[in-house]
Amino acid sequence: MKKKVNITIDGKSISATPDDNIVEVAKANGVYIPTLCFYPDMGKCLGTCRVCTVKWKRHHVAACTLKVEEGMELTVQSDELKDLRKALVELLFVEGNHFCPGCEKSGDCKLQALGYELQMTVPRFHYRFNNRIIEYNSKKILFEHNRCILCKRCTHKFKDSKGRRVFFFKGKGCHLEVEMVTELVDQLNEEQVDHLVELCPVGALLKKGKGFDRPYGERKYDKTPVGQTTETHPKPSTKKHKGLL
Amino acid sequence: MTKKITIEPVTRIEGHGKVTIHLDDNNQVTESRFHIVEFRGFEKFIQGRPYWEAPVVVQRLCGICPVSHHLAAAKAIDQVVGVDANGLTAVGEKMRRLMHYGQIFQSHALHFFYLAAPDLLFGIDADPKKRNIISVIQEHKELAKKGIQLRKFGQEIIRATAGKKIHGISAVPGGIHKNLSKAEIEYFLNDINVPSVSTCIQWMEEILDFMKDYHVKNKSWIHGFSDFPSNHLSLVGEDNCMDLYHGKLRAVDTHGKVILDNIDYNDYLNYFSEDVKAWTYLKFPYLKQLGPQKGWNRVGPLSRLNVCEALPTPRAQKRLEEYRRFTGQRINNMGLYYHWARLIEMLHCAEYMQDLLEDDDLQNKDLIIKGTRRPEGVGVIEAPRGTLLHHYEVSDMDEITRCNLIVSTTHNNEAMNRAVNIVAKRTLNNNSQVTEAMLNEIEVAIRAYDPCLSCATHAVGDMPLKVSLLDHKGKVLQEITKT
Repeated sequence: MKKKVNITIDGKSISATPDDNIVEVAKANGVYIPTLCFYPDMGKCLGTCRVCTVKWKRHHVAACTLKVEEGMELTVQSDELKDLRKALVELLFVEGNHFCPGCEKSGDCKLQALGYELQMTVPRFHYRFNNRIIEYNSKKILFEHNRCILCKRCTHKFKDSKGRRVFFFKGKGCHLEVEMVTELVDQLNEEQVDHLVELCPVGALLKKGKGFDRPYGERKYDKTPVGQTTETHPKPSTKKHKGLL
Repeated sequence: MTKKITIEPVTRIEGHGKVTIHLDDNNQVTESRFHIVEFRGFEKFIQGRPYWEAPVVVQRLCGICPVSHHLAAAKAIDQVVGVDANGLTAVGEKMRRLMHYGQIFQSHALHFFYLAAPDLLFGIDADPKKRNIISVIQEHKELAKKGIQLRKFGQEIIRATAGKKIHGISAVPGGIHKNLSKAEIEYFLNDINVPSVSTCIQWMEEILDFMKDYHVKNKSWIHGFSDFPSNHLSLVGEDNCMDLYHGKLRAVDTHGKVILDNIDYNDYLNYFSEDVKAWTYLKFPYLKQLGPQKGWNRVGPLSRLNVCEALPTPRAQKRLEEYRRFTGQRINNMGLYYHWARLIEMLHCAEYMQDLLEDDDLQNKDLIIKGTRRPEGVGVIEAPRGTLLHHYEVSDMDEITRCNLIVSTTHNNEAMNRAVNIVAKRTLNNNSQVTEAMLNEIEVAIRAYDPCLSCATHAVGDMPLKVSLLDHKGKVLQEITKT
């Protein structure tokens, strides 16, 4: 058992185990750090969305990528950080084409829930109106690229039963996009498809023929704010190449 | 030298429209038009979307009657997933019917009490500062209170069945995603937060008494206001009785002769076509067999009462008989009778909702039916303003490739233009000065149809109406501004 060390978050002393993830340590001690691409027990963090940004040694750092070290002094809640997180969420909205009223994921969408939580009304940035496609090629999954936030969950945290990645990144910079291997997606079973759709934090990956199947009030974020909701995803399989990671 | 009068915007209707009236040198009306100046484009931008999104996305074209679009699209998409209208489960169909009748109830209440009542209660030529819902509340407190409560009842029915009052999401391909518990139903029976459904019925009876009395006192101007011949179109159910959710298409001509009967709406393209004019975004649908000149139809409450043989609820049926006795005509072509017809439909909806709320099928749990995919689907419903049609074509991979919407107000386009022309000629011919009251008379003719030009643009109080008289070169001869 590792020896505990002391860190401070917003001036509050916390005892934690070295190498533990800051987001989870903070949560265990009653400090909420907003996240988007992160989910509990995900293994190596993705660090793509930066919504969990905190201040450490005068630098802005994604908390999910930070490990506990002796004597760490972190700032989590400040006006500057709140505005920064809000700006990051706004950037995700303007970079894609998100129309929540017509989206199947509305009420279950983590991006939407964060928008509400951070009190985003109108983005301060110009919409990019990117011309993106909707992929209908798969028999099982509809890929709505307009809503993809490039979080890496599908590309890095999902594999099929044979351990193969099903989604890849393609392109660079502002041309970066996720590519779906249709042949592999069509071989997924029902359970895997459900998990894949759940894994996507926005409405980019949808199960075909399914949508709006639960009433208002029964969706994930209808009654429970995103900060009080715990995402549950299947833990990495103990057997090699056994489905989801 | 010709003159042109423009009324823009036309107020107390849903959406944005304007009227232009052309006068010749002798101040005679030569031409008048009702322009729809907004463009929506839903038929185009729903293309490329997945079929299951249609009922949720397309309803966004309206904030007043989204339930009608939600359900018309759902009926069409039911067919796409292989489920015909009579193939839904009992709870699926009854929940949708309850939602729909609640929608018609609230929409009619909105139109009558908020938009039309100021004209009827204070007179067309009353001070414009008085012709609004605020004055109705001040001077007819009980009537206004009932109107607001009745609308609330309809909205609460929508909330309970669709999830929220505007833009609900409960109708899904092949059924519905929720049922209604006994506890939820109790809300509509106990007279605590909203009037109970039986109170609504009682109030509607009282308001219909008022309406009949109003017609007795004002018969001469109501009858002479905008009376012109037309065909009438609607869905009808069993035995040609009124059915607002589902049925066959039926139309009668101005004398009551049946010109379209027992038509499956899936075959609508065999019977209907649409004409296009350069000066308006609204199309002109017509019956192919009669052509664009003679084949246009009126739709909505007046037409539904003309087309149907009877109403399937007893109190409303009595009121229908009373209405028909009053005019002495089986077919009523007088535009201002839309209001009375609308109130009879409200009573019918209240009775129908009462029956549904007592139906144990609403607690069933078999919500959705699945069938075999088809490449297209058509859904038709009687919306508050008339016959509403949605048609979608869907690729094998679930992408909507084509969409055609024929919205209720579209059917009434020709009728509204004719009504404007008739009233403009009667009020403006030989008058060199145009008064605000004259222009309101033209708006009243349009307002009777409760046109929904897009969604939810309701002005209360001061209306930003500006009327300009121009010569043929565009020079302003006279301006009237209503503030």
